[in-house]
Amino acid sequence: MSGNVLIVGEVLEGGLHPTVRQLVNAAGRVCEDVSEVTLCLAVDGTFDDACIAGLGVGKVVLLEHPGASPDSDSGVYSLITELVSEEVKRSSPSVVLVAKTDAGSVVSARLAARFGTGLASDCIDLALNAEQRVAVTRPVHGGSALAVYEFADNGLQVVSVRPGAFDPFGGLSGMPEIERVDVSGLDVSGTAPVLIETVLEDREGIPLEQADVVVSGGRGLGGPEPFEQLRELCGLLNAALGASRAACDAGWIDHSHQVGLTGKSISPTTYITIGISGASQHMAGCSSARNIVAIDKDREANIFSHARYGVVGDWAKVLPAFTAAVAELD
Amino acid sequence: MKIAVCAKQVPDTDIPPSQFKVDEADLRVIPPAGVPPIVNGFDMNAVEAALRLRDAGVECEIVIFSVGTDFAMDVMKKPLAIGADRLVLVDDEASESLDALGTARVLSAAIERDGGADLVLAGRQASDWDQAHVPIMLSELMSAPLVTLVRGLTVSADGGGFEVERVAEGGFQRVACPMPAVMSVTNELGEARYANLRGIMMASRKQPETMTLAGLGLSDLVSGKALEMTRLFVPASESNVEMIEGDDESDSGRLLALKLREAKLI
Ligand SMILES: Cc1cc2nc3c(=O)[nH]c(=O)nc-3n(C[C@H](O)[C@H](O)[C@H](O)COP(=O)(O)OP(=O)(O)OC[C@H]3O[C@@H](n4cnc5c(N)ncnc54)[C@H](O)[C@@H]3O)c2cc1C
Ligand SMILES: Nc1ncnc2c1ncn2[C@@H]1O[C@H](COP(=O)(O)O)[C@@H](O)[C@H]1O
Repeated sequence: MSGNVLIVGEVLEGGLHPTVRQLVNAAGRVCEDVSEVTLCLAVDGTFDDACIAGLGVGKVVLLEHPGASPDSDSGVYSLITELVSEEVKRSSPSVVLVAKTDAGSVVSARLAARFGTGLASDCIDLALNAEQRVAVTRPVHGGSALAVYEFADNGLQVVSVRPGAFDPFGGLSGMPEIERVDVSGLDVSGTAPVLIETVLEDREGIPLEQADVVVSGGRGLGGPEPFEQLRELCGLLNAALGASRAACDAGWIDHSHQVGLTGKSISPTTYITIGISGASQHMAGCSSARNIVAIDKDREANIFSHARYGVVGDWAKVLPAFTAAVAELD
Repeated sequence: MKIAVCAKQVPDTDIPPSQFKVDEADLRVIPPAGVPPIVNGFDMNAVEAALRLRDAGVECEIVIFSVGTDFAMDVMKKPLAIGADRLVLVDDEASESLDALGTARVLSAAIERDGGADLVLAGRQASDWDQAHVPIMLSELMSAPLVTLVRGLTVSADGGGFEVERVAEGGFQRVACPMPAVMSVTNELGEARYANLRGIMMASRKQPETMTLAGLGLSDLVSGKALEMTRLFVPASESNVEMIEGDDESDSGRLLALKLREAKLI
């Protein structure tokens, strides 16, 4: 392919966001050798260079600005967009890869609008087509279908990649070449929103994204009280508590527990669902769960066509017996 | 204050997955017979956000903008039935082949033609192609500040801007945003109110105003698409579920626990 691949990475607490190493792997699908890939990062003073060791890319461009961290950047990433678009102008890559995080969604769409080019977002697979342009696979219609899109002209190709869709690139040692660009003069105040505060809500229990076992409840539970029984089960199984959007929208449980297309993506070994029908938008968040175990009163519910084990029945009868038996396991 | 709400007509998202069909040759989705389309769910949340500003005492005109074709009029009038003032449809067959940037250009031109807006609200994403591009691109085209994933919205005390709560990783953020602005709204804001009889009657009497791509001077937009869809398919899934059945429901629950332990899953 003519031109090069630029990864726009994200920084988290002075280090690399986990999606950066995934993007390096994704870049390998659209170029011969990831050592030709450049990573750019908008960083503030807290960034520790050591974290880029073994990344695999040939070069890292650090765009240095005191306001450049996702959580100090007004929450809407106006500054990061400015910094990154300057870098895109400077290095004129043919492909820009971004992770479909909160920040990445905004930055990628703003870049595409600014450069008047195509954007393929939330991609789960990448390849080069016969013309050496990028072809992507992405879920559409809430995950009910997959679509392949191919870039059709020679403009900039902006691609956002679904977090977790690629394994992290690893196993290399050595330090990429570092180029520092002082962009501290850039100012977006006046035109951008201003972040007043970030309120982190107390996350109860184990984070969903990291749990090996997740127990989720849905509309079939009928109200907030049954979630107490789910919490008890989570305690016994050392599991994280999840929910369907229907349960969250009903106010039975906080939205931070939502699993799915517009909620969290989880990849536990065991995913236990109770009173969840298995709508495609829910399944979009648990497609990488290794074993789904479903309790639902409707044998025809879609969740059973994804499940490894299933029980047809009223949760109010099945769950207490299940929990009691779990408590007796040693 | 004038509020433009962008609303898209999309296939009903509540159909069971087994009824979801695509035409692989034609690269399009085949909606099940007899199931009407809906206004994209998040766009109804955006209408609700506008109505809540009015409830809070903000004097405002709320205008719905939609780009598409084959509009189901009773569906598209739903925002009017709960309190929006006007409906502007860019009704054009050619809009089928617009990409997100093209759609954003058309929406921006239509809003401009209608006299502009102090606040443009959209849904966080359209549930057909799940892109979440249009509001972000709109903000670029209109050179207006952007706040995504809005879950709460008020006008600031001095009336010159907005105070916004947006969903963020692990919690939420409070943001002050100058006016005019573009925002995308998420379902955490709360569901749209129900229409009452009077609202439905009023909406049925209102006629949508229509525009076309040619009328907006944008007929040539549809030719230059940067991305081409080359395949559309429903991924194969084979079910290999083992159903656990005991003497009664609680026995099934007990057996399930034993089974999961045996399989080393818990
Ligand atoms: C754009 C978009 C994004 C979305 N994003 C998400 C998302 O991120 N996450 C998400 O979850 N959803 C999402 N949804 C919503 C999704 O389409 C479904 O509406 C939702 O997942 C349904 O939740 P549910 O399975 O709990 O409810 P239902 O579909 O109503 O299912 C309830 C189940 O409970 C069973 N049940 C009822 N009573 C009992 C009982 N006593 N005992 C046992 N079982 C019982 C029923 O048989 C049924 O199977 C999204 C939708 C759209 C349009
Ligand atoms: N054709 C359209 N007409 C009106 N609004 C639209 C249209 N397409 C997208 N939007 C708005 O932009 C939001 C995001 O859409 P999308 O970028 O397609 O996911 C939607 O929720 C709508 O508010």
